[in-house]
Amino acid sequence: MAQEIENQYKEILNEYMKKQTEQNLYVGQNFSRQLILENIAPEEVISMHKAAIQELYSELPEVVWHSFDFLIEMMINYGLALQERQSLLKQQEELKVEMDLAANVQETLLKTKLPLLEGLDIGLLSIPARKMNGDYIYFVSDHDGYAGVAVADVIGKGLPAALCMSMIKFGMDSLNSSHALPKDVLSVINRIVEKSVDDSMFVSMFYSNYDAKQARLTYGSAGHEPAILYRAKDNEFSELFAKGLLLGVSPAAVYEEHTVDLEKGDLVIMMTDGVTEGRNEDGFIEREVIFELIERKKDEPAQSIVQYVYDELERMQNAQFQDDFTLVIYKKV
Amino acid sequence: MSDQSSVEILTEWDIVAARQLGRNVAKELGFGTVDQARITTAISELARNIYLYAGKGRIEIQQLTENGIKGILIIAADSGPGIPDIRKVMEDGFTTSGGLGAGLPGVKRLMDDFKIETILGEGTDIRATKWLR
Repeated sequence: MAQEIENQYKEILNEYMKKQTEQNLYVGQNFSRQLILENIAPEEVISMHKAAIQELYSELPEVVWHSFDFLIEMMINYGLALQERQSLLKQQEELKVEMDLAANVQETLLKTKLPLLEGLDIGLLSIPARKMNGDYIYFVSDHDGYAGVAVADVIGKGLPAALCMSMIKFGMDSLNSSHALPKDVLSVINRIVEKSVDDSMFVSMFYSNYDAKQARLTYGSAGHEPAILYRAKDNEFSELFAKGLLLGVSPAAVYEEHTVDLEKGDLVIMMTDGVTEGRNEDGFIEREVIFELIERKKDEPAQSIVQYVYDELERMQNAQFQDDFTLVIYKKV
Repeated sequence: MSDQSSVEILTEWDIVAARQLGRNVAKELGFGTVDQARITTAISELARNIYLYAGKGRIEIQQLTENGIKGILIIAADSGPGIPDIRKVMEDGFTTSGGLGAGLPGVKRLMDDFKIETILGEGTDIRATKWLR
């Protein structure tokens, strides 16, 4: 141990022994910070203390020195615990860096391009609650007037959810057709998830296919949050419900499929439960609140509506989203 | 050059005997109180592992001199079941005793050099050295 530090300690201790002031204690405590920074173990501090007292009060009885030796023995495991903690902190730091990298990879992997469709304005926002997004949104488009969109939510968050998501992405890529029907897409992804994912992991998914020429939306759902239809001419909201089990529950699951024709000003709102299960101090934020938000901005472009809903919900929850947030709005124009 | 002596580990009291042997040698070599405490803590941990997991074994203490530097070598040898996953037991936060023991990572920290050899079904040989600075 550096002689320098030992001398400093002796000096500070001596000051305190002469005069037991708060000032002198404060100096001592500040010095202890420096000791920690220099990785001085607690047993070394006691050894330093013993040496200092020996110099200052050499006439003390033997029992005092024995007691310090005993205290040193007592401190060895504390010193080890401290070192272990430092090493674990370093590991945690490394993990954080890896997580950041993984989040970047995921972002690149799950990048999706908004399709360009005649007469349809699309708004999209997907924001993870933690580093890795457990929500998944993916567009399939061939630029031939058809576009599919999958909105999925892995039950569970973080890294395992993200890994599961990449699997869904490859399933979607293997289908690779904007004409694919929701019930078929859901069956295929269901089999992939069922086969390859842990029993405790489930995925909910809403899949819809839009035919721009007929302004017709065909949709199916695997236990997912129902999409919402806003009819401009009636100024009314209704649920787009379709029966179907969560993905990964049973390989034999079958999925319903329904269609709805959109008219000018109509909105289709697809989302994950991160949107509807927001909480404020008074409990869950009611669905009606979300309808109200949307209605207020219904005449604006789809992206503005999406952004507005997010901003308002964020404000209501004091910027503390508990779950990943994904919201897609189709607006027939 | 080496002087050696050893203690058979069969009961918990033998752990104390091993510590005593280590402390005597460490003191004789000129290690200070803190290092003596570290060396005996390492011996404790190794002897305890033998007592708990191998049933019986031996702690050997040697005095070393290398390039004019003196040191103490602890050898912990047993013919127990061996350690199935060394990487795991060398991880921080993993202690087989489930308690707050220093574990093998602790022994490694307390000493300067640390070597472990283990064969499943045949036993474990751990060598840890501390040099007098």
